[in-house]
Amino acid sequence: MSSHLERLKLRTVVLDGIRAFFSGRGYLAVETPLRIPAPALELHIDAPPSGSAYLRTSPELYLKRLLGMGAAKVFELGPCFRAGERGARHLPEFTMLEWYCVQAGYRDLMIETEELLAALWALAGNCAAFRPAVIAPTPPWPRWTVRETFLRLAGWDPVAQYDADRFDLDLVQKVEPQLPRDRPIILMDYPVEAAALARCRPGPPAVAERWELYMGGLELANAYGELTDAAEQRQRFETCARARAALGKAVYPLDEAFLAALTTGLPPCAGIAMGVDRLLMLLTGVERIDDVRAFVP
Amino acid sequence: MYEVSDLRKGLKIEINGQPYEVTEFDFMKPGKGQAIYTCRIKHMVNGSTMVKTYRQVDRIDIPQLSNKECAYSYQDGELFVFMDEYFEQVNLTKDFLGDRRHFLSEDMRVEILFHNNVAVDITLPTFVEKEIIFTEPGARGNTATNVTKPAQVAGGYEIQVPLFLNQGDIVKIDTRTGKYADRVSKK
Repeated sequence: MSSHLERLKLRTVVLDGIRAFFSGRGYLAVETPLRIPAPALELHIDAPPSGSAYLRTSPELYLKRLLGMGAAKVFELGPCFRAGERGARHLPEFTMLEWYCVQAGYRDLMIETEELLAALWALAGNCAAFRPAVIAPTPPWPRWTVRETFLRLAGWDPVAQYDADRFDLDLVQKVEPQLPRDRPIILMDYPVEAAALARCRPGPPAVAERWELYMGGLELANAYGELTDAAEQRQRFETCARARAALGKAVYPLDEAFLAALTTGLPPCAGIAMGVDRLLMLLTGVERIDDVRAFVP
Repeated sequence: MYEVSDLRKGLKIEINGQPYEVTEFDFMKPGKGQAIYTCRIKHMVNGSTMVKTYRQVDRIDIPQLSNKECAYSYQDGELFVFMDEYFEQVNLTKDFLGDRRHFLSEDMRVEILFHNNVAVDITLPTFVEKEIIFTEPGARGNTATNVTKPAQVAGGYEIQVPLFLNQGDIVKIDTRTGKYADRVSKK
């Protein structure tokens, strides 16, 4: 195993590489607030309270507001927080990369992600700590639909009839362990019930324009063709608020500034969030997320 | 009831009235989905293991466990007899004790863990001292630190000891591992 300092050196190279990649493509580098009054409402993502506000779980809503203000491409690289998440691949404080692009579809982001990882692999290849867990992210990566993948590996079709409990359990126990480990896999077109902030496509079958990137057994990134319809977004937030209340979880206020930006009009866009620490786990071949960070308190 | 967030390595839980100990524990969370907690658990009496998966909403039974201080009394065939402070007898089998039976001595204070009044575990003093009753003489000049040889201690139990130890030496044995820990005195 490489030394801790060698891995931190590789981390430096990769973070610099990410910034250079997006700057070179005309992306605006931004730092949106970490401490926010209204985190995005999601059933299973909890924001740690911070005084009368919360620590952000993602910069998503602010980045989309920048698109509404006329920015064509934005990216942010920085810390995000998730209450109660701790395991070999989870930290309550981690580093997230998110980028958004107008007039792009969720398929365009697949190609850009392939190009980003190819560039980062090449940079990291010069580092002493480079011990890649997968062979190489040579594009194009296989694109598997959630429907066909579940039919093959779990024996049922969650797009035809969704069952949240069964979906989560089978994803962890049946699907993820059987995904190929030697190359990246894109799992795409989620059930509309698992759309989160993705827009839905009528079909048939109706699916959410969402994909996730799996590499070496790790879930690395989550992408959407973004939902830009203000009324539907408000309704999804309200449904989620009721579901959180029913589970006894904190219900955050709605981000009215974000909803107002959608009402004013957001161009069609796509966006993606990538766990940078997990990417570094893949590049250095370590099993514990703690091993790629300088400190874990 | 325990909540899933209480789960950790070493936690003792109850499933269908049976006591288990968590031996491995992992937290997983698919995409936007709910957290899944995967545990390997070990039956506290028969030692069988299995994998158990919990979701955030699940609750887990807390086993009714109690510790009792007892003193070892005597062996009766396959049974080892202990007495609690009220001279209430507790019988444990040879299989239950495993290698630990070799470290018992009369009046030794032990802690017996009960689940619903059934003994499920026993804790001996961490170290016991035993005399080596037989071992081959160590080869002179061999100073490599990792080299060991078999030695039989009083009661018939066999351990691996460093080469410099001889018959009649007293050694300290770690009862948790059943292994040689230290030399106490030289013959």
